[in-house]
Amino acid sequence: MAVVLILVIVAVGSVVFHLFSPWWWTPIASNWNYIDNTIIITFWITGFVFVAVVLFVAYCVLRFRHRPGNRAAYEPENKKLEVWLASVTSIGVAAMLAPGLFVWHQFVTVPPGTTEVEVVGQQWLWSFRLPGADGKLGTSDTRAIGDGNALGVNPNDTNGLDDLIIEGGELHLLVGKPVKMLLRSVDVLHDFYVPEFRAKMDMIPGMETYFWFTPTRTGTFEVLCAELCGTGHPQMRGTVVVDNEADYQTWLQEQQTFTQLLAARQEQTTIASSTSSSK
Amino acid sequence: MVDIRSDASAAIPPAEVEDVELYHPRSWWTKYVFSQDAKIIAIQYSMTAIAIGMVALVLSWLMRLQLGFPGTFDFIDADHYYQFITMHGMIMVIYLLTALFLGGFGNYLIPLMVGARDMVFPYANMLSYWLYLLAVLVLAAGFFAPGGPTGAGWTLYPPQAILSGTPGGKDWGILLMLSSLILFIIGFTMGGLNYVVTVLQGRARGMTLMRMPLTIWGIFTATIMALLAFPALFVAAVMMLFDRLLGTSFFMPAIVEMGEQLKQGGGSPILFQHLFWFFGHPEVYIVALPAFGIVSDLISTHARKNIFGYRMMVWAIVIIGALSFIVWAHHMYVSGMNPKFGFFFATTTLIIAVPTAIKVYNWVLTLWRGDIHLSLPMLFALAFIVTFVNGGLTGLFLGNVVVDVPLSDTMFVVAHFHMVMGVAPIMVIFGAIYHWYPKVTGRMLNEAMGQIHFWVTFLGAYLIFFPMHYLGLLGIPRRYHDLGEAAFVPESAHTLNAFISVMALTVGAAQILFLFNLVWSLKKGREAGGNPWRATTLEWQTPQTPPAHGNWGKELPVVYRWAYDYSVPGAAEDFIPQNQPGLGGPTREAAS
Repeated sequence: MAVVLILVIVAVGSVVFHLFSPWWWTPIASNWNYIDNTIIITFWITGFVFVAVVLFVAYCVLRFRHRPGNRAAYEPENKKLEVWLASVTSIGVAAMLAPGLFVWHQFVTVPPGTTEVEVVGQQWLWSFRLPGADGKLGTSDTRAIGDGNALGVNPNDTNGLDDLIIEGGELHLLVGKPVKMLLRSVDVLHDFYVPEFRAKMDMIPGMETYFWFTPTRTGTFEVLCAELCGTGHPQMRGTVVVDNEADYQTWLQEQQTFTQLLAARQEQTTIASSTSSSK
Repeated sequence: MVDIRSDASAAIPPAEVEDVELYHPRSWWTKYVFSQDAKIIAIQYSMTAIAIGMVALVLSWLMRLQLGFPGTFDFIDADHYYQFITMHGMIMVIYLLTALFLGGFGNYLIPLMVGARDMVFPYANMLSYWLYLLAVLVLAAGFFAPGGPTGAGWTLYPPQAILSGTPGGKDWGILLMLSSLILFIIGFTMGGLNYVVTVLQGRARGMTLMRMPLTIWGIFTATIMALLAFPALFVAAVMMLFDRLLGTSFFMPAIVEMGEQLKQGGGSPILFQHLFWFFGHPEVYIVALPAFGIVSDLISTHARKNIFGYRMMVWAIVIIGALSFIVWAHHMYVSGMNPKFGFFFATTTLIIAVPTAIKVYNWVLTLWRGDIHLSLPMLFALAFIVTFVNGGLTGLFLGNVVVDVPLSDTMFVVAHFHMVMGVAPIMVIFGAIYHWYPKVTGRMLNEAMGQIHFWVTFLGAYLIFFPMHYLGLLGIPRRYHDLGEAAFVPESAHTLNAFISVMALTVGAAQILFLFNLVWSLKKGREAGGNPWRATTLEWQTPQTPPAHGNWGKELPVVYRWAYDYSVPGAAEDFIPQNQPGLGGPTREAAS
């Protein structure tokens, strides 16, 4: 029976493919291995159901396919069986939902002592802002974006003057230190996505979104945009480097503050205007 | 206990109203073009949907060529690629699946299966089709407009959809797309009201709601849902048109676009997403419920066995329909909405798995101790079960909020929704066409061509979408014109992409064979007779095949039993038509 054989091959083949697939998630680099575990639980439960249903269908086709003189049974309902099946399904669903919600609670609860880093998306570039010595990010507004102030940091907010601004460069993070990524966009939707971190979140112009995680190993990771943002969407790449303490401090020293950026910009415009006036 | 079993002695209420005078066509034009006969309208809807669906199929080949062999085809640049995926998605979901299930199957089957002469508002029904055709033409005009069609993705998320970084954003593309959707919804509303009122008011005597075939239950519930869900898309489309044309700011916050401050401000992009998915999630079930209903009837008829747990099946359809209105934000777990919503929407989403699972159990339990004829409709029904279970189960990954976080916006999502709302419902559409083509044309579709079509389509589609999940698990994002260099992507992923593309082209080619079969069998197909599948439902009991205008000749049928009296103990045949009072031979000659 070709149909039976192929149904069995589909069920068994899918499991074999799953077990031997070379395409599997990237080695994790954050604390969200809970998410990976929930996926594994879900694979087990759903895989079992899939194989059971397809093999049952294959068996039915084999056993009850039409032969001359055959007649089907007449059984409109079977309340006991229906209730039993509904109950088992509910238990299976709860077994997946409960750990899922448990981990989601962790995902949305930012632990105390988390440092904040701002990510700003624009077509098609990633920029970053870190709090300066005061440990606080200044306020910002898309309307404040202009000459020398690409991220729209509020120049009248003293908290923001010492913020470190990284336009289109690499972001460095400290290994083992929980970090809250504050996400902003100045034009369209973007999504800050590093496959190794497992976490991601859309960035929406006009509001601030966030997610948090703890980098668990050092290394260099690629940032991709995961929300369609126009023609350049696939080219919107960035780099996150997870450092140990010493490397992180070295990198931190090299970054420019908002005040320095403004001053440099002012200098440029003065030079530009003086050269143009001397002509 | 509701009488779902056969009971010939059940009282048949007398006809309280006289038959309404039908509109009779007076010329060739009003008979075949501006027809008010639901059967003609159904064929018009179906042919238009299949025609525009072929365009979407070709678009899928083009995007698969790009993904499988990046850089080989110069004419598929980023702009074109995004235009292709956008049009492919929108056409397949709205203009093919919705139109074919409701406008096509709904129009053909509702009057026939409930024993009515036609839809209750034939004129509005005709308008519904012409507005649909207009919507399709406006949509297709995007291909010829300056700047081409919109490339905003089928979800059309603002602000991107109406800005210059997106193809068609500042040109005609997005305007034509939104206008087309508005026309579609107006047209659909006219048809949809017809379907609902016809089911409620136009049923033959004895056809109680709990005797209706599940096909009708599926289409009926889906239509009510569509009437409630489409208005959300309608207002979203109007608001976005205003934002784009009049400079309003419904969805437009303060934006700096390519270094320039835009004048608009204060709007909310995420509001659009809520409106879109308030429509978009019910839309999944607007496509799925008719498929659920039809496949129940296919399985029952071709397994010669009553559908198992009919009442449970009806209630499952109704419950799924109701629940689907409170799960929409599971499309938005990583959209930046308040993350606390995740608890609610993950719970509702996983609850909906229970009635859905019950439907699957009842389909396979209908096969149990059946007399399974492996006809083409049955083969497609089996393929539906496999692909739907597969796609439904991966929905449990994406619905479970925290699991969705790494998987959202990856190829896993693409694989999931194609399996569950692409492949699975299309399997039902094919099964349904093989099943009802004999009633529509009087001839059977060619079996050999059908077998080739079935195996290539089923196995090919499975080989396309099953491995694709693993690309998503790996982390490959969706909507990437070109993956480019990415350290986490191994070379083997590109090989898999090429394989998927080859399979996509193969499956596409098989559809050409299917279309050929549709045309070839019109003249050359084996004569079908009135009831080739020996089915119980009313459409197979018409005096003529294909059914004439008015469907029933002089007298409307009277219904004595539910739709599933197959293999009733003691009956002469292994099926008893719904309009037959006793257990004996048919009261009326089924063949024309």
